[in-house]
Amino acid sequence: MKCQKCEKPATFHITELEGGKHQELHFCEECAKVYLAPPANQEAESGALASAFAQQAQLGQTAEELSKLDQQACPVCGITFLEFRNSGRLGCSHDYVAFEKELEPLIANIHGETKHTGKQPQRYTEGTEALTELIRLRREMKDAIGQENYERAGKLRDQIKQLEDHSKTTS
Amino acid sequence: MELRKLTNRLGEWLRASGPESDIVMSSRIRLARNLAEFPFMNKASDADRVEIEKLLRGAIDKLSCAGPMEYLNVSDADTVDRQFLVERQLISRELADSRGARGVMINAAEQVSLMMNEEDHLRIQCMHSGLDLRGVWAQINDVDSELSKLVNYAYHPRWGYLTACPTNVGTGVRVSVMLHLPALAMTRQIEKVFRALQKISHAVRGLYGEGSQAMGDFYQISNQITLGRSETELVEQVSDVVPVLIDYERRAREFLIKERQQNLHDQVSRAYGILRTAQTISSEETMHLLSRVRMGINLGLIEELNIPHLNELFIHTQPAHLQKLRGQELDTPDRNIERAKYLRTQLNRDSDSLS
Repeated sequence: MKCQKCEKPATFHITELEGGKHQELHFCEECAKVYLAPPANQEAESGALASAFAQQAQLGQTAEELSKLDQQACPVCGITFLEFRNSGRLGCSHDYVAFEKELEPLIANIHGETKHTGKQPQRYTEGTEALTELIRLRREMKDAIGQENYERAGKLRDQIKQLEDHSKTTS
Repeated sequence: MELRKLTNRLGEWLRASGPESDIVMSSRIRLARNLAEFPFMNKASDADRVEIEKLLRGAIDKLSCAGPMEYLNVSDADTVDRQFLVERQLISRELADSRGARGVMINAAEQVSLMMNEEDHLRIQCMHSGLDLRGVWAQINDVDSELSKLVNYAYHPRWGYLTACPTNVGTGVRVSVMLHLPALAMTRQIEKVFRALQKISHAVRGLYGEGSQAMGDFYQISNQITLGRSETELVEQVSDVVPVLIDYERRAREFLIKERQQNLHDQVSRAYGILRTAQTISSEETMHLLSRVRMGINLGLIEELNIPHLNELFIHTQPAHLQKLRGQELDTPDRNIERAKYLRTQLNRDSDSLS
């Protein structure tokens, strides 16, 4: 018997059962390998997020509620929830606060947990408000430099330094 | 950094010096990290990207625990050079293919690499030969802890390390092992094994990560969950499942030796024969045949070759490596001729000339 995909002899005979019907397939080794191979593996990372989104959509949110949610934007980076949903990537660390209500079930769905239990950095800036402040100050400083307002830029630099020095030391 | 000098040496992870290295090619861990004072990559301006890279480079230069690091500007590198780094597993495809300021710092043993402006501001990667996830964790943990004193990581007490994609939030850790499973593939048990793995939240990918086919019977097993478990728990989870897979593969090899010895020996010898004599050969066919030969060496069917040499052939016959070795750009048909020539030279080196 010949392989049904090419001319080589068929060495693999596969019976597929689907909906009560069974189908006989005959392949050579190479074609059998192709047939049995999993579809190009995408489900790993992006898929986990996509299926979490899909599950969330089934949680009884109306189309109106969803479109309202999609228009919400992060006050720091300006990303909308729709943009995040389409790209799968957040815009800044403040998004975890700005979209906390929406992200929480999503994260619970992906990880089965909602609380970090791993290591901590040796130092970090306590609270996301301080984090947001850091991003804002740095942006203002850049603007000030752009406007050649070096006095203001210097002041902003001191503020950034002060915030960073207050970083919690955890070691 | 001059890439040419990498071409003629072998990354430590290819030396087959680690435990179980007949089946486990390498153990790898990567950490996703972001800087607190910048937006994530998709909202970072060109100027932000330049500044992020500068800041990270400065900090990495001060690291004492990973030995001297060399910097490579990925945005300036041409396509072949970027592909070369992907083939060596020193950078991700994402870093190779994206735009704007980005780079990588690599230590001399090619065990540690730090990618700047990848999907996150920083991706730290550490890779060892064989099954050595605990050793990898010890090394990468040191690098990460030292770095966390020098830069301000985006970290939240509840969510952990904040990442651009919520699938990485928490520990930001991806623990993976690359396994060579030709006998499981030949006996068609591999699908069954993978379905079982997916049930316990492990991802399976090909040699070059997400979306890549399982070329040369190499499979990467990694954790999918990153939040709610400690890094060491995640390392243990992957470490626990690997011996089971090794055992399955060994049993499948025993079965082939016992029940289909002649057929197996024939397949291995034919693969070896083609590699030693072909005049033109594609990358896919090379991987497929090298896989057979690799198993043949492990089962004692081929005696004049060793595993480190074979591991090297897997990498050196990749498209960009061939072009770097030859010292010029080659299109696909020319690469296939060059690949066949390279294989003939390498594989007929130790035995009687056949070419």
